[in-house]
Amino acid sequence: MAVQTPPSAVRRRVLGGGRWIPYAFVTPFVLVFLTFMLAPIVIALVNGLYSSQSSGLGFGGAETVFVGLRNYTRAFADADFLVSFGRVALYGLVQVPVMMVIAAVMALLFDSALVRARRFFQFAVFLPYAVPGVIAALLWGFFYQPSVSPLVQGLRAIDIDTDLLAPGTVLWSVANVSIWSNAGINMIILFSALQSLPRDTFEAARLDGAGELRIALNLKLPMIAPAVLLTTLSTVIGTLQLFNEPQVLQSITPNISSDWTPNMAIYAVSTLGRDPHLGSAMAVILGLVTLVVSLVLVRFTNSSSRGGAR
Amino acid sequence: MTAALQDSPPAGTAPPVRSRRVSRTVVSGGERVSRGWMVAATAVVAVASLYFLAPVLWLVIASTKSASDLFSTPGFALADWHLWENVRDLSTYDGGIFWRWALNSVVYSVVGSVLTTLLCAATGYALAVYRFRGRALLIGIVLGSLLVPGTVLAQPTYVLLVNLGLNNTYWGLLLPGLSYPFGVLLAWIFAQNAIPTELLEAARLDGSGEFRTFAGIGLRLMSSGLVTILLFAFLGSWNNYLLPLLVLTDAELMPLTVGLTGWNQASITIPSLQILTVVGSLVSVVPIAIVFLALQRFWRAGLSAGSVRG
Repeated sequence: MAVQTPPSAVRRRVLGGGRWIPYAFVTPFVLVFLTFMLAPIVIALVNGLYSSQSSGLGFGGAETVFVGLRNYTRAFADADFLVSFGRVALYGLVQVPVMMVIAAVMALLFDSALVRARRFFQFAVFLPYAVPGVIAALLWGFFYQPSVSPLVQGLRAIDIDTDLLAPGTVLWSVANVSIWSNAGINMIILFSALQSLPRDTFEAARLDGAGELRIALNLKLPMIAPAVLLTTLSTVIGTLQLFNEPQVLQSITPNISSDWTPNMAIYAVSTLGRDPHLGSAMAVILGLVTLVVSLVLVRFTNSSSRGGAR
Repeated sequence: MTAALQDSPPAGTAPPVRSRRVSRTVVSGGERVSRGWMVAATAVVAVASLYFLAPVLWLVIASTKSASDLFSTPGFALADWHLWENVRDLSTYDGGIFWRWALNSVVYSVVGSVLTTLLCAATGYALAVYRFRGRALLIGIVLGSLLVPGTVLAQPTYVLLVNLGLNNTYWGLLLPGLSYPFGVLLAWIFAQNAIPTELLEAARLDGSGEFRTFAGIGLRLMSSGLVTILLFAFLGSWNNYLLPLLVLTDAELMPLTVGLTGWNQASITIPSLQILTVVGSLVSVVPIAIVFLALQRFWRAGLSAGSVRG
């Protein structure tokens, strides 16, 4: 950013006859990229246009026939699949702001020099990120099951009966798992951004009589807007892809169906439903929705930050 | 600070008492802050830390209990020490399949992340050091594919692996992980910042070949950034769940995440598996938490470099 600007103008060409050398460096990556990123996208697009139909008695083997957009119309006619999008949207509307507020407040507090034993507390907030998401879901699963849960037992001791896996509650129980898992990494990213800000700006504001709260909200937060956008964007994308936590918690409650989120529906259709063609069409739909949402979000934040610039 | 304090709902309990402004101030982190605010801020952070630490603490305590004490004793209270018996049961159940899963996870993560890091390093190095035809296209591809959500690719990748005959094999899980465009982006940024042109020119004048220069100078100068890529790639494949769930059917090939969630599901009919799931979770979390926290210095630096420019 500052002193050692990369001398991109002085960057070098290969000397001598080794024009092929850069290609030797990038070829391995390009190969795996083509095979495991581009090819799956093409496969999903093509596969979604076909369907396998068992001929007659079912023993004659299935034959694959071109069906045009029929898989897509089937997907859009599937009420449960559409509801799963609404469910992750509702989930995201709550989970994303709550987690970002926790991460931002923590990061600002850690940055404010107000917190004692900072390293220990940062360790505590970050520790869950080192727990694999699936294991985190298992772990919280024990907190949600009345038979073992210290939480439910503790609340019962003070005469509060809760069912954390009830139909209306389970969505927020799932949200809690991913907030617990991911708040730490977002806090660290925002904290790193805060630490790289120039301190003398705040010193000047302090001399002008600005309080710490005003400095945090009016100076620090706008200055780390790019990092906030980055973390919010990846959280939103993660929300649309929701799979691990509900898939794991599904085994302890009947209130999570096998097509509870779009990704769970894709998984269920491809495995249990034995219809990978429909699964591919659904994956394309989910991919497009994710793409549109992230582009809208980027667009929206760009225009609002330009309009609201001080 | 008041708003910040109230906005912090992590555990939903005990917002710290608004302390009267004490005239005495203390010096913390080179800045003069009031003692009252310091106590308040530290209290907020401490309450939040409780929320983040409690499930991990419960996991440690629960692992030391016998199967029956797990249900009959309060969650956070120690009962008879049963940890070693639990570990022994874990090691012998089903012919020691747990350690097979652990070994698989290690193989998938270590081999996968080392290869991924090498591919990313070579590609990022070439992007930073050489000007070659197709370079702009490659950069466009890398940036564009950041918008493609990974889990959406899982289903078509599974279809592809079935067609290649690689489903239910080690390679089937290892190879797709090698495509890691975000790692290429990071490696490119690190290479730009860390490798001075003059050094490469000098190496060329000394007659060092391009590949030797990369291995001897490039990799070494990029090393702290590469640790970040290595860690994220490692964590990504250690946490991987959807793809192995789709691709692997053979219990002998499964990683810990799939194996343990399978036990959790089966524990409904085989109650003795519940305590094994708890101990197994602890065993799978401890090594990764230690590695991750021990290497903080590296990936923290890497993260801030990535978020400032990325």
